[in-house]
Amino acid sequence: MLSDYEWAVLALSAKVGIWATLISLIPGVFLGWLLARRDFRGKPVVEALVFMPMVLPPTVPGYLLLVTFGSQGVAGRWLEQTFGLQLAFNWKGAVLAAAVIAFPLMVQAARLAVQMVDRRLEVAASTLGASPFRVWCSVTLPLILPGILIGSIMVFSRSLGEFGATITFVGNIAGETRTLPLAIYTATHQIDGDTQATRLILVCLALAFFSLLISNLLMRRSERWLGVRRA
Amino acid sequence: MLELDWVFEREGFRLEARQQLSAPITGVLGASGAGKSTLLAVIAGLFKPRQGRIRLDGQNLCDTAAGLWVPPHKRHIGLVFQDGQLFPHLKVRNNLLYGYHHLAPEQRRFTLDAIVELLELGPLLERRPGSLSGGEKQRVALGRALLYAPRLLLLDEPLSALDERLKQQILPFFTRIYCECQIPMIYVTHAVSELNAITGCLMEVKDGRLQPL
Repeated sequence: MLSDYEWAVLALSAKVGIWATLISLIPGVFLGWLLARRDFRGKPVVEALVFMPMVLPPTVPGYLLLVTFGSQGVAGRWLEQTFGLQLAFNWKGAVLAAAVIAFPLMVQAARLAVQMVDRRLEVAASTLGASPFRVWCSVTLPLILPGILIGSIMVFSRSLGEFGATITFVGNIAGETRTLPLAIYTATHQIDGDTQATRLILVCLALAFFSLLISNLLMRRSERWLGVRRA
Repeated sequence: MLELDWVFEREGFRLEARQQLSAPITGVLGASGAGKSTLLAVIAGLFKPRQGRIRLDGQNLCDTAAGLWVPPHKRHIGLVFQDGQLFPHLKVRNNLLYGYHHLAPEQRRFTLDAIVELLELGPLLERRPGSLSGGEKQRVALGRALLYAPRLLLLDEPLSALDERLKQQILPFFTRIYCECQIPMIYVTHAVSELNAITGCLMEVKDGRLQPL
């Protein structure tokens, strides 16, 4: 049904999306918890910084990534010399770009989920002999899992759609950084590219529909599991 | 015996407790907002007093002068709230065993079966808290606290969310708990009728102080 080229674009997009979700997961949940539960000096500043990628044109974080993590950038040079890791014009850079843009979604989902947890449940656990770490693992974490799940699906979906930061930071290299939106953009600039663009757009529509469908089904399941919704 | 000698202050609210409590069940009355829940929270270690000491059966739990502070999960004091606070993601059985699993085998005093029988929880074990009635939730919460074999059980308006008929059904369990488990209790409520049935030892939180009624 799909051509080899289209499969390659789809596989690359999925790979970028999955990696971006995985690297956002732990820091995103931690920051969400921190913002929901702790008051500290400079909290408004941290909040502003975390949510900035959502309000900036994506080309701005893309350019900043290029300046910092490009082969001439301080972090980029250090990563290449120390770990042999090259980000610019590489699919790993596309992961970083997508993760930076989508990260606030994870933080926001985790934060809302933590705010929904009744703190008296955590208190009850501590008066039953659970250390703070155990309270987190046995009460807080299970109760925020649906929120983390939603955050993950939002980060994954946002990563699939990432365009501006990606093309600025890692360019549009077929087979390396050309994810779905970049492939559509490329097709619309080619003579006779209309059919190609339409096919890729149909892929995007199907992908978006099924990821939302799956997330809704998972939500229902987890709500039943948590006892919020009756079976 | 519980020895209280402390002052708690937060945002203009002040509560002072200088009493020794040694009755099997101590009833504590007070209007809402008087500081009854704060009293229990300080005893359980959820709030720190500004200054003073708490001793339970000769062990210091808090002594601000000596910089001593035992955190709530090491105090071995049970707390049951108004609405039970059962963990919604765990079945009744696992709710009951939550604290029990945190005990070393030699600290365990009651078996699941004994508590299930005492509080008549048998038919509920495989159900989720979301499907229980208010009275059932409260009995599970009590059972969960008892299985943890606390040295002291704090009850924060445990029946106020229930109607009169259910209250009358559950009240006898408290005397039964003391007779069979020998765990002293502090029972906080704004309804004196609940206390008359189970204890003669009454205290009151009034004007920022814990005092005999």
